[in-house]
Amino acid sequence: MTNHWIDLKNSDCVFIMGSNAAEHHPISFKWILRAKDNGAKIMHVDPKFSRTSARSDFHVPLRSGTDLAFLGGLIKYIIENKKYFAEYVTEYTNSAFIVSDGFQFKDGMFSGYNGEKRTYDKSTWSFKTDAKGVPLRDKTLADDRCVFQLMKKHYSRYNVKDVSRITGVSKENLLKVWETFAETGKKDKAGAICYALGWTQHTVGVQNIRASALIQLLLGNIGVAGGGIEALRGEPNVQGSTDHCILWHIIPGYLPVPRAQWNTLEDYNKACTPVSHDPQSANWWQHKPAYMASLLKGWYGDKGTAENGFGYEWLPKADGDGDYSYLYIFDRMYNSQMKGGFIWGTNPCQSVPNSNKVRKAMDNLDWACFAEVHHTESTDFWHRPGVDPATVKTECFLLPSANRAEKEGSITNSGRWQLWHYQATKPQGESLALGDMCVKITNAVRHLYRKEGGTYPEPLLNLDFPAYYDPEKIAQKCNGWFTKDTMVKGKLYKKGQQVPSFTALKDDGSTVSLNWLYAGGYTEEELGKKYNKSKRRDLSQTPEQAAIGLYPNYSWCWPVNRRILYNRASVDRNGQPWNPDKAVIRWDGAKWIGDVPDGGWAPLASGNGKYPFIMHKEGHGQLFGPGRCEGPFPEHYEPVETPVKKHPFSGQLSNPCAVILDGEMDKLAEPGDKRFPIVLTTYSMTEHWCGGGETRNSPPLLEAEPQLYVEMSPELAEEKGIKNGEPVVVENVRGRVEAVAMVTIRMRPFNIQGKTVHEVGMPFCFGWTTKGCGDSTNRLTPSVGDPNTTIPEYKACLVNVRKAKTLKELDV
Amino acid sequence: MKFTRRNFIKLAGMGAAMVPLGQLGINLQPVQAFAAGMKIDGAREVVSICPFCAVTCHYIAHVKDGKIVSTEGDPDYPVSEGSLCAKGAAQLSMINSHHRLLKPLYRAPYSDHWEEKSWDWTLDRLARNIKDTRDSDFKQVNAKGERVNRVESIFHLGCSIMDNEECAVVHQAARGLGLVHFDHQARI
Repeated sequence: MTNHWIDLKNSDCVFIMGSNAAEHHPISFKWILRAKDNGAKIMHVDPKFSRTSARSDFHVPLRSGTDLAFLGGLIKYIIENKKYFAEYVTEYTNSAFIVSDGFQFKDGMFSGYNGEKRTYDKSTWSFKTDAKGVPLRDKTLADDRCVFQLMKKHYSRYNVKDVSRITGVSKENLLKVWETFAETGKKDKAGAICYALGWTQHTVGVQNIRASALIQLLLGNIGVAGGGIEALRGEPNVQGSTDHCILWHIIPGYLPVPRAQWNTLEDYNKACTPVSHDPQSANWWQHKPAYMASLLKGWYGDKGTAENGFGYEWLPKADGDGDYSYLYIFDRMYNSQMKGGFIWGTNPCQSVPNSNKVRKAMDNLDWACFAEVHHTESTDFWHRPGVDPATVKTECFLLPSANRAEKEGSITNSGRWQLWHYQATKPQGESLALGDMCVKITNAVRHLYRKEGGTYPEPLLNLDFPAYYDPEKIAQKCNGWFTKDTMVKGKLYKKGQQVPSFTALKDDGSTVSLNWLYAGGYTEEELGKKYNKSKRRDLSQTPEQAAIGLYPNYSWCWPVNRRILYNRASVDRNGQPWNPDKAVIRWDGAKWIGDVPDGGWAPLASGNGKYPFIMHKEGHGQLFGPGRCEGPFPEHYEPVETPVKKHPFSGQLSNPCAVILDGEMDKLAEPGDKRFPIVLTTYSMTEHWCGGGETRNSPPLLEAEPQLYVEMSPELAEEKGIKNGEPVVVENVRGRVEAVAMVTIRMRPFNIQGKTVHEVGMPFCFGWTTKGCGDSTNRLTPSVGDPNTTIPEYKACLVNVRKAKTLKELDV
Repeated sequence: MKFTRRNFIKLAGMGAAMVPLGQLGINLQPVQAFAAGMKIDGAREVVSICPFCAVTCHYIAHVKDGKIVSTEGDPDYPVSEGSLCAKGAAQLSMINSHHRLLKPLYRAPYSDHWEEKSWDWTLDRLARNIKDTRDSDFKQVNAKGERVNRVESIFHLGCSIMDNEECAVVHQAARGLGLVHFDHQARI
């Protein structure tokens, strides 16, 4: 989230799309309702009518996978009706930047495409610069080649008629949403966009969110109270675990993973550190070498020296064009390229698409180590329905995991608050915290290497790794300390003393920090008095903070306790808030008051200021975003499995860069496939959590939601001769799933290009280890993904539905 | 002390609040009798966080004799203000589920059952597997001859229920082992 949960109450309009907040983030929803109590409009755009819809001013159903057409139309509406916040757009976004001559867009494709590799050469997606390398700008926004004009032209195709024909949303409904949200472009109005997996789990997932960034930048809604792009993050610590980057492509603090072509730390820093020639751009990532060196010192301690790049040379390197994400891991496992692995607190046999393939792939492992609270469809894959255990070679270890109440540590909520939780009791039985298991296992392997030697043990043995798991000590190291006496702004910090913030981190090995974002959360301003700020429970506020529900003394928030990101975009060039009634920060002539500003420089008008979007090299919000795989402007592409053969915006049907696997089990339906004419979308529910591995084992939750169902419209049910409550089979090229028919007007048929297209929806939380409740819905979803993230397309694929004749999976 | 349901019951339970609460015109007899019989009477209160969704509602675990006997929403967390959804409200049944795994289990190749093992045995055996795979498959260079220091045949799929500190050690361990097939739930 750019803002935080409570801040939703400050909004004048909350636009929820790709999320069912009321059911999936139930306790957050009251902040949206509080905004509504204050007169805000709440809008829900979603294929299904849900409890979120019921509490919104209006619900607008759209066909899954057509969000970009909908949003492209909104962008056109804002621009052509001059609803944008002109001063904000001109000063704070890259709207005025002049784009390189080579950049082109034609029939759905941008310049630089290589069809063989399915990737773009992005060199033309760049800006013209002056002799010093500063981007050229035309603040009148009149230049044909400025971002604003290119964007205007790009979205001119997204007219209401065509958007309606492809999304299935009536013209009236389209205009209702567009007009309502565009009203937040006024200087003193704020609109928030809330999304969740309904936007990310598409082959255009990243561009869905990019489109929301374009909208919010045009309307001046980033940085302000009640505005923002609110990723309603799902798992309890998905924010913190992403900050710590337990993902193949990044290392803690969102630093790029080392690649094979960067042999030394110097190579890495050179390739990964952006350089700006504009004195008004803070270009915050210029500090990357300091963050990287501090991380490496955290990992390798005294063994990491300037000579060995602080241990950089020992690190594993990804191939320059390699991808090591979920979809590829299971594809390589299916092809017997994996021998063993760890599956901890996750249930891929249930929650990864094309689960029939995933389950089969597991049979190829020599060994697998699971850490879980309960048996799941993954831990027990070797005796799943239809499989004889005597044919499965895998040696399995199932480690009992502690419940959160049985350990202490910190997690980070969606608003980036780092929150400490305490140990209520010891772990039950012989269960252990996952961190404890990790330390024990790693040390057991290190012990073997010390005893026996082995292949290149240096990367493992040189780690500065704890002997036992102590969350307080690790939290201290995440913040980090000095490795020698250091003066910071006239104050002496002793060797071993905690660093006060990430601004004190250095690239010379004199600081340790396991995660620069968390530097400042566990400080030691007085030597010997370490202060874990995630434990703060102080609700005190200044009147300015109270006015917008800011609690700066409750816990701690990254970065540097800033509660609303990009907050310097909430003020004009003189540092005065666009909306004085809901000021996030304000320059009082000598200093900033309110939230912690995005950098303490004086306002821009002083001549000594910096542009507000400090994480971008040029310091401006990116309407033109050259970093993404499939283009600098979001463009509508259909899902890989789509009920249509063409769409109105170009001849390019689906994302030209989408990740598509082509193994024997990676089957896909043809566009407009007559065998499978129905769109399937999947979702969670309040009572069960993700794959259901935990919640199905809680009797009150299983009683509340006992069995797999498929929601369908009365129109589809009638067409298929299905009655409410009857068992049905949902099937496609990849699998067959049994479910109970829930015939409901919550699902509506869509009129797409003059024809009726039906959509059905299913939860995915039911699995065979809970008897009779049904089995994985993901046997139907495809192994295709977004090219930027490889997040799979769970939210839109093709199926058919029929009455079930015999049942294996359901007790009905 | 703020007048909340929790404090009300605590005060009533102590009996010390008889006079002021009585002055509010509330008949405390039934409440007093109720509180005295409650299983949270005399319990230690510990703040934890619901293990689902990133709203991170706080709850209070009431601990008595080393066991969690009750859980309820924490009214002092400004986001949730004491509320819990169906999953949050089911914490007690999750923590004390009869279905929980309490011992390391092992399934031998081609076996049709799990067997209980000690942690020592499990750690030895698991470490042996990891080392054998790493020793045989470790690559110092890739096909292009670039230095890569990695093991491609071992993967790690982690979870976003882990604490920040757990993620920090898992990340360090994974890279130390040379893993590149390293991913978690943020991807799916």
